[in-house]
Amino acid sequence: MSHHIVEAADLEYSYPDGTPALKGVSFRIEHGESVGIVGANGAGKSTLLMHLNGCLLAGKGTVRVGDFPVTGQTLPQVRRSVGTVFQDPDDQLFMPTVEEDVAFGPLNMHLPPAEVESRVSASLESVNALHLRKRPPYKLSGGEKRAAAIATALSMSPDILVMDEPTSGLDPRARRKLIGLLAGFMHTKIIASHDLDMIYALCGRTIVLHEGRVAADGPTASILANHDLLAGCGLELPLSLQGCPVCANIKKAE
Amino acid sequence: MSRIDVLARDMESLDLLASRDTPVRRLDPRAKAAVTAMFLGTVVSFGKYEIAEMTPLFLYPAAILALGQVPARVLFRYLLFASPFALLAGMFNPVLDRETAISLGALDVPGGWISFASIMLRFMLTVSAVLLLLACTGYVQVCAALGRLGAPRIVITQFLLLHRYMFILSDEAARMTRAHMLRSRDGRGPGIRVWASLAGHLLLHAHDRGSRTHSAMLARGFDGSLPSLRAFRWSWADTCFLAGCGGFFVLARFGNLAERLGDLMGFAV
Ligand SMILES: Nc1ncnc2c1ncn2[C@@H]1O[C@H](COP(=O)(O)OP(=O)(O)O)[C@@H](O)[C@H]1O
Ligand SMILES: [Mg+2]
Repeated sequence: MSHHIVEAADLEYSYPDGTPALKGVSFRIEHGESVGIVGANGAGKSTLLMHLNGCLLAGKGTVRVGDFPVTGQTLPQVRRSVGTVFQDPDDQLFMPTVEEDVAFGPLNMHLPPAEVESRVSASLESVNALHLRKRPPYKLSGGEKRAAAIATALSMSPDILVMDEPTSGLDPRARRKLIGLLAGFMHTKIIASHDLDMIYALCGRTIVLHEGRVAADGPTASILANHDLLAGCGLELPLSLQGCPVCANIKKAE
Repeated sequence: MSRIDVLARDMESLDLLASRDTPVRRLDPRAKAAVTAMFLGTVVSFGKYEIAEMTPLFLYPAAILALGQVPARVLFRYLLFASPFALLAGMFNPVLDRETAISLGALDVPGGWISFASIMLRFMLTVSAVLLLLACTGYVQVCAALGRLGAPRIVITQFLLLHRYMFILSDEAARMTRAHMLRSRDGRGPGIRVWASLAGHLLLHAHDRGSRTHSAMLARGFDGSLPSLRAFRWSWADTCFLAGCGGFFVLARFGNLAERLGDLMGFAV
């Protein structure tokens, strides 16, 4: 089934001010995969994700989502199958109440009211945020905002979930809850982050971006254990693979 | 708290007010938007020396204020906040226009002062009408109604983003002034030069954020139309409201209502 594939071929993009952000990125993500996009600040992660939902259009090369190349004409279909969770939930939540925000996508798809209502309840339920539905988004805590932002994407029933730094700004507990939540989703997931522990927990495959190019692409377990590769791309081993400093000292003492 | 903070909180409170159940709130947003538009049209159609003739129009905001159960305090705070703009607009009239327009006994009142007063009156009337519309309907509902009444999609998008900008601007302004205060030597507010640079940063920030919000809207299939969760339903009450207010505005504009009300009062006294 070619339905939920995401493919980039020689993707290049420069911002209008001339900053080259992507310099030839290629990959193919199959249906049901969970892929981490890692890289230091400024590596081009956010820029890449904005190409997957058509918020940016390829300068050179192509992006395909499912059966469509991402172009000006296919945007409605592309956006129906790709749900995006932006880095800052404050950018994503703009309606007076959480409920209206979650309904925004389905209403734009011109679904009948009953269907909209059931999607709103279902997606809030799936992020455990049903009790927030009447609250104004700007008054929520960081974790609650993130949950609401994810619900706004889920309510469009996307095949592919694209998330930009979903754990940034969360406290450890909210972060753990979020990881548990995302692990339960069956969508094709594409997660950009420099939270390598989260990528380690959620993604079977990792693509390393460095200065707008793919520096590595392979199984997470081998990539995130490769100290030299990560160091070359301005990243550090996930904490969970760094070994415990206390134990190391004990070992040294022996 | 800075003034801009207070304003943003009121923006919230306007939306909060709009979520209560009042007779005005139950009217169709389209009827309210149309009546407000007619009101604005009536107010600006008065000549620049017609002050007394305009006064009966205050009945409209007064009625909405009462029926919509909007606290007058909120309204006044907005009027106060926006008044510098009106003052600026009217400031030079008394200087430029010194010809006597009316004589009150021995006192000759120059036209400039009359037109200044008329600008202030108009300002109060129009701003309160719009604020009351928001407080009894909700910002997004008003936008949706404007869309239904045929406003171009680009305008609706602009209005929605404007709403966001208000929050964003006030948020960032509060954060930046706080950051400055913590670093300035005596903990006083920023001077004029620093203000200029702060304001520049602020606009850049707000622009970036606005465009990210716009991307987020597009990513969820936003095409400029604004389908609403609550379907609009036109009822008899809306027709009555529209006809009643329309009739009143026509009377106020062409029917010498001020004079008649004056006569009536005089008669009663
Ligand atoms: N709106 C923009 N205008 C100009 N340059 C930008 C813009 N956004 C990002 N960039 C530049 O593009 C590069 C990649 O940025 P980005 O994709 O945001 O990186 P990441 O998300 O990996 O931190 C950086 O060099 C950044 O400075
Ligand atoms: Mg980023």
